[in-house]
Amino acid sequence: MSDATERAESVEEKRRAQHEIWVSGTEERMPFAASTNEGSQEMLPRDQDPALDIQRGIAVDDDFVTPERVVSAERQIINMGPQHPSTHGVLRLQMELDGETVTRVKPIIGYLHTGMEKTAETLSYAQGPTNVTRMDYLSPFANELTFSLTVEQLLGIDVPPRADAIRVLMTELNRVASHLLSSATMGMDVGAISMMIYGWREREICLDFFEKVTGLRMNHNYIRPGGVAAELPDGWEDDVTNLIKVVNAGVDEYEELLNGNPIFLDRTLGVGVLTPEEIKQFGITGPVARASGVDWDLRKAHPYCGIERYTFDVPLGKHGDVFDRYKVRIDEIRESLRIAEQVIVTIPSGDYRTTDPKVTPPPRARIGESMEALIHHFKLFTEGVNVPAGTAYQAVEGPRGELGCYIISKGGARPWRMRWRAPSFAVVQALPVMMTDSLIADVIATLASTDPVLGDVDR
Amino acid sequence: MNDVIAALVAPFDAAEVVERSYASSATTYHMIAIPVEEWVLFAQAAKENGFDTFIDLFAADHFSEAPRFEVTLILLSMTAKERIVVTTRVPYDDPSVPTLTNVFQGANFYEREAYDMFGIDFPGHPDLTRILLPDDWVGHPLRKDYDIGAVPVQFKAGSADL
Repeated sequence: MSDATERAESVEEKRRAQHEIWVSGTEERMPFAASTNEGSQEMLPRDQDPALDIQRGIAVDDDFVTPERVVSAERQIINMGPQHPSTHGVLRLQMELDGETVTRVKPIIGYLHTGMEKTAETLSYAQGPTNVTRMDYLSPFANELTFSLTVEQLLGIDVPPRADAIRVLMTELNRVASHLLSSATMGMDVGAISMMIYGWREREICLDFFEKVTGLRMNHNYIRPGGVAAELPDGWEDDVTNLIKVVNAGVDEYEELLNGNPIFLDRTLGVGVLTPEEIKQFGITGPVARASGVDWDLRKAHPYCGIERYTFDVPLGKHGDVFDRYKVRIDEIRESLRIAEQVIVTIPSGDYRTTDPKVTPPPRARIGESMEALIHHFKLFTEGVNVPAGTAYQAVEGPRGELGCYIISKGGARPWRMRWRAPSFAVVQALPVMMTDSLIADVIATLASTDPVLGDVDR
Repeated sequence: MNDVIAALVAPFDAAEVVERSYASSATTYHMIAIPVEEWVLFAQAAKENGFDTFIDLFAADHFSEAPRFEVTLILLSMTAKERIVVTTRVPYDDPSVPTLTNVFQGANFYEREAYDMFGIDFPGHPDLTRILLPDDWVGHPLRKDYDIGAVPVQFKAGSADL
């Protein structure tokens, strides 16, 4: 036997050894030539996996009595995603099934990771909102607001009352658009196809308004440190009034369509339950937490942008199942529209951004007259906003929960480190808790009800 | 410092507390620095004192400073409406912080992310593998000595031989 053949054989042996897989229905690993190497993402046999309790979803508390099943020929590992229409993005789930019952779940993420926290360290504070607005692409205004508030906290500046009111208006309409999309896709996932068309129809009106205000349908870069980018366009009051009317009518229509629908109720009641204890341990916030009866809304607890001046209620669920999450979102749409209604009436006049010359560039006409204006203009456009050294954390109630931004500044025009606290990341981690011991069809409904955005998870 | 925070930090002599507040949003939080030896004990005490909602855990690289890495834990008390930001520092040659997964289940993914991005070891973690990057990735990208990389751009127009 020649050296070359020997080497080829040993390589083949190595390859086979690496590609040993766990064969369904047994606890043995066998060589399998056509398999791929999953590395650390592989779901290991039960006696070898150190994270077994986490995958079985019983690490916090076991709300179902799960008899330890004997190894049966029905047991198999299946893979859902990353390219699957029901995973709402590039989420991948490895699931151990026993017949049709899900016994273990391992969420695998990272397919959309683009290193945005690293990118943020190379962008100035003026460029920052363009970066963060692309993270959770369904709630761009909330992302920009979180970043802007954190930078303003470091700078120690306040924004004018009109800017606050515009910020509240845009983030609340953003919540409406995001919840409309969530309800629409959830309806389609559980079989109510017409819900998809209705939800997107109303969301389109919101996006049209965003386009009129910011010029873009998403990734707006509208809310910036120091205020907002531009004044609201003429006739915005009529647009918002019309939007409120149409969306409110649409929401009534959804409730008529779904709330008493026996198929929808069968698919959602008592499915994917989370207990308050699990909510707290996994750090889940937002509508998913409120559906479990956890009364926590940052707009009430730690109000920002003067949102405490508006009257609104925090809808709560009781059972923490898929139906309650749908219901909480539908009610939140109504509450957000209530806030928008009040903004139209109470919006103060004045500047839409701060007049602090260290943050806002001077008007064009001043540059020819004032030396300070020229210097500030030059410094702002060559260096950017100089932020003093320090750390700051600011959280905002985004459509998916607590959106947090933690910035470490060492002085200068760029953050030293920017950390993004993504609400979807916490929810994806808790998927095993919700999905195990339910049927595989319930996995789809559960995933849709948690409404993860993978751009937010992976950043 | 209010009663809740005072009761929490009382048994920890080494804890340094700074109160931070921001007027235009009613945000007040306490930044608490503690040594790494008391990391798990402090988290446990915080949980028992009402800070039972896990919000975030992440690392940061203070490149030129002596204990180079900083690990930060953010906890929330829904009853007291208080937030604490707990930090600890670990050196470059032994970047190891004991795991919090036994206190808060939610720390699992967050510790994996800190390991992935900064190479910080969390002894006791059930499944400390890369989470966002592929297994065969070399290095830890959010460290300050990891280059951000660039795509070379060739400017052809206007060159001498055109």
